[in-house]
Amino acid sequence: MHATIAATSTPARRVYRWRVVDIIVAAVIGVASGVIFWAWGLAWTPLSAALTFLGPGAAGLLAGGWLFAGVVGGLIIRKPGAALFTEIVAGVVEMLIGNEWGYTNFIWAAIEGAAAEIAFAILLYRVWNLGGALFAGALAGLSTGLLDTTFTSLAALDAAQRWLYIGTAVLSGVVIAGLLGWLAVRGLAATGALSRFAAGRRTRVVDDGAVSDDRAGAPTGSAGSV
Amino acid sequence: MSVVLTPDIRSSRIAGISPVAKLGAALLISLTLVLTIDWVSASVALLLEAMLLPFAGVPARQFWLRTAPVWVAAAAAAIATALYGADSGAVLWRLGPVTVTQGSLSLAGAIALRVLAIGIPGVILFATSDPTDLADGLAQLVHLPARFVLGALAALRLLGLFIDDWRALGQARRARGVGDGGGPLGAVHRLGSRSFALLVLSLRRGNKLATAMEAKGFGGTMRRTWARKARFTGRDVAMVCLGAGIAACATTAAVLAGSWSFVVS
Amino acid sequence: MTSERAGGGARVLARGWGWRHAGRSRWAVRDIDLDIRPGERVLLLGASGAGKSTLMQAIAGVLGGDDEGDSSGTLTVDGLHPGAARDRVAMVLQDPDSQVVMARLGDDVAFGCENAGIPAAEIWPRVEAALRDVGLDLPLSTPTSALSGGQKQRLALAGAIAMRPRLLLLDEPTANLDPAGVDEVRDAVERLCHDSEATVLIVEHRVAVWASVVDRVIVLDEAGGILAEGDPDDVLDDRKAELDAAGIWVPGSSSARIRPAAEEGETLLTARSLSVGRTPFGSRTAQVAASGVEFATQRGRALAVTGPNGAGKSTVALTVAGLLRPVDGILEAAGPFRRGLPAEPSRWRSRQLVTRIGTVFQDPEHQFVRSTVRDELAVGPRAAGVDRHAADARVDELLARLRLARLAAANPFTLSGGEKRRLSVATAIATRPDLLVLDEPTFGQDARTWRELAALLSELLDAGHAVMAVTHDDAFVHALADDVLTLPGAAARVETSVRGHTHAVGGQPCAVEATR
Repeated sequence: MHATIAATSTPARRVYRWRVVDIIVAAVIGVASGVIFWAWGLAWTPLSAALTFLGPGAAGLLAGGWLFAGVVGGLIIRKPGAALFTEIVAGVVEMLIGNEWGYTNFIWAAIEGAAAEIAFAILLYRVWNLGGALFAGALAGLSTGLLDTTFTSLAALDAAQRWLYIGTAVLSGVVIAGLLGWLAVRGLAATGALSRFAAGRRTRVVDDGAVSDDRAGAPTGSAGSV
Repeated sequence: MSVVLTPDIRSSRIAGISPVAKLGAALLISLTLVLTIDWVSASVALLLEAMLLPFAGVPARQFWLRTAPVWVAAAAAAIATALYGADSGAVLWRLGPVTVTQGSLSLAGAIALRVLAIGIPGVILFATSDPTDLADGLAQLVHLPARFVLGALAALRLLGLFIDDWRALGQARRARGVGDGGGPLGAVHRLGSRSFALLVLSLRRGNKLATAMEAKGFGGTMRRTWARKARFTGRDVAMVCLGAGIAACATTAAVLAGSWSFVVS
Repeated sequence: MTSERAGGGARVLARGWGWRHAGRSRWAVRDIDLDIRPGERVLLLGASGAGKSTLMQAIAGVLGGDDEGDSSGTLTVDGLHPGAARDRVAMVLQDPDSQVVMARLGDDVAFGCENAGIPAAEIWPRVEAALRDVGLDLPLSTPTSALSGGQKQRLALAGAIAMRPRLLLLDEPTANLDPAGVDEVRDAVERLCHDSEATVLIVEHRVAVWASVVDRVIVLDEAGGILAEGDPDDVLDDRKAELDAAGIWVPGSSSARIRPAAEEGETLLTARSLSVGRTPFGSRTAQVAASGVEFATQRGRALAVTGPNGAGKSTVALTVAGLLRPVDGILEAAGPFRRGLPAEPSRWRSRQLVTRIGTVFQDPEHQFVRSTVRDELAVGPRAAGVDRHAADARVDELLARLRLARLAAANPFTLSGGEKRRLSVATAIATRPDLLVLDEPTFGQDARTWRELAALLSELLDAGHAVMAVTHDDAFVHALADDVLTLPGAAARVETSVRGHTHAVGGQPCAVEATR
């Protein structure tokens, strides 16, 4: 006997409690991002040196490399705390693998994640399209710009450079964290890796209900050479 | 990566201390030093840390290997500050936007010391901490939500598989004919494609891991117990006090010397 | 010494049950009517795509809520909804690596108990008893990353046993294991069945391994419902033809030789005193996996590489495919094969490699580089410099030949296991390489895919290609191989040491034997 087959629909009631798969996937994104952060951190020194011909404030263009974890986490999990948690995990992993910023990675990541979280909260946790991603990226970039120009060695630069840094950090956040993050989520959804999430379900899997060709059994001889 | 997950922990005095205490101590030092840029606080902190270093029990080779990035970063930051930092005092050299002044040089020195004073304890304390113990401590002592802490710990374990996957992905690309060529743009594209594939593989593993953990009862409404009890003993309190002490000494010395300058100004 | 069990087994009851994942048009499983009595040992069979894993996950209560799919009918465990009965159910899954939660052995086994709220004082005795029951006699602080696949599966089993479940679910626990690992896990489960009263439900397509352990067999129909159920011998005898067609490995179906003895052919690659190894991360010297290897690959002949786990078979395959540098010795490509390139394949550029040697990896997912099947197949020819028109024609030919035409626009990662394997083989042969290297091509495949693969390789051999396959599968060797290279290997396992990697010590040279 069949129950009435309902069309697949989005749930009317929003679920805010995190499932186990939400936690693990957010953590996996965080861990993978942490590795990328670490690699980005290694590349940061030569890259920012190359950018210094534009002024050391231009190093803000690289800031986005540390911001996408929160945006991607938020876009996939779509629950309160997603951006924050993912960034924190990424920061902890970056710190564990080891680089010069040590424990401060963790704090920076927390604040950057919080900034993305605030952006999604402002959007009432409902806007998960490109615009939402760009907004979250922008806020995260702003937070990192302010943090870096206040508390790191960049605070020793002159005012013009500091403003340049904040500006480029916002731009970097929008492009690298927002745009690339959104594209990454779309790409991931297409691979079916996000099938347990709303983000991964818009693309339908190619199975139209026909009996699969696997039933045909062993293949017959081919017509030509293989 | 076994270097991350089961680090080479020697049986030194410091290895037995709760990672939460070490985290607390390092955080106290970092947060205090980060508030100012001056060479007095940084050097006092660095001096005190250097005096305590032998007690950490980290072998010399491990020390230099793990703190290498910190030294490099200190040097890089110093150079950048010297060339572009806020200028004051006599101008020593000028070339276009680059000006090296006495002020910027002293700032550069302060910056370098600060990077070292914050970075080195962080690295060393981590070199002697086990992630599982840290997770236990954070969940049981600091009362962070257990589901999130353990979920992060489980995902962290997948890190060890990344390297093998990365290599296999590279080999596969070579076998498919897209392993090289295309110049620098091709290299960037390959890097991106390979990283994306690694992410997809990790997510698939993550989905399976989530199912396995849920099948083991994780994430349910039942209150969980802890097989490994995390304790905060006298030694751990002492560690935190030590961190607080270093931070306090450094700040006091700077204030007394008149060089403490709050960053937000 | 055995640990005690909570009294009795659980009862699983299903009436007309079905499930459809959100976003899909097809029902993953439907019309399931089941009555599994407490204490029964059941083997669940079915073709790939019949929904066995979905059913298992549903019984374990981990499928997800209403937002993740639609269900029909009822499914209860001990009269309760599976989600509410989770504390009495434990599950072991297929992938050894994805089930390990903690970094240390003891911690991982204790994990399930911790989640169940068992007092700390009781946990560690249970952990030790469970480890003894599965035969993992290692210190509790052993790093889990140092375990072999079979050991990891036994670890997962120990974790399940420690929870003292009333219902134990095993979803293809031996699919990704070598024969030694399969035996280990099977023996552990057999001991468990002997000692406890829990209901055990096993999904596998390797029937011969489990037939003596179970009381009952249930076969799921791909089109919905139950195809057959009953006593193992009865079902296997009566419905043999249908089971065979569904891809189940029915015991007794012969793995006959499928091609006649091949003649000597033109030599493509020779190896003399070859030593192979990999360089671990962070180290500069390579760890030798096998040494003294000698063989020659010839057109029209299949060379099978066998040996115990850890003997370095995969390393040999990757070295031959030009993806790893030989550590020592000579690996030489013959003149007509290399056509002007250096003698060693590892020195060739990627584009030159793809037209000469095709590689099929153990995990097909490692090979996917594009987002549609069609693009995926076109990668090789395009990299080899074939023009667009000819490349498209080649792709169409392959799609038809390997029955992937229906999936031409699908993302490779969304394919089923058998389809992924077919796709990975198709991409390797797209450029018509002279030598095809395969690493464990039949791993985890059901009988149908196995037969297709064997037939495909047979055709390739007849067409004059050379094949080198690393495999544990004796049936495969028997069916196809003309020459067999056996790597001795020390088969060193982490039974006594706490850390360290396994590495085989090649001492004596490995000679090739012709099978006919």
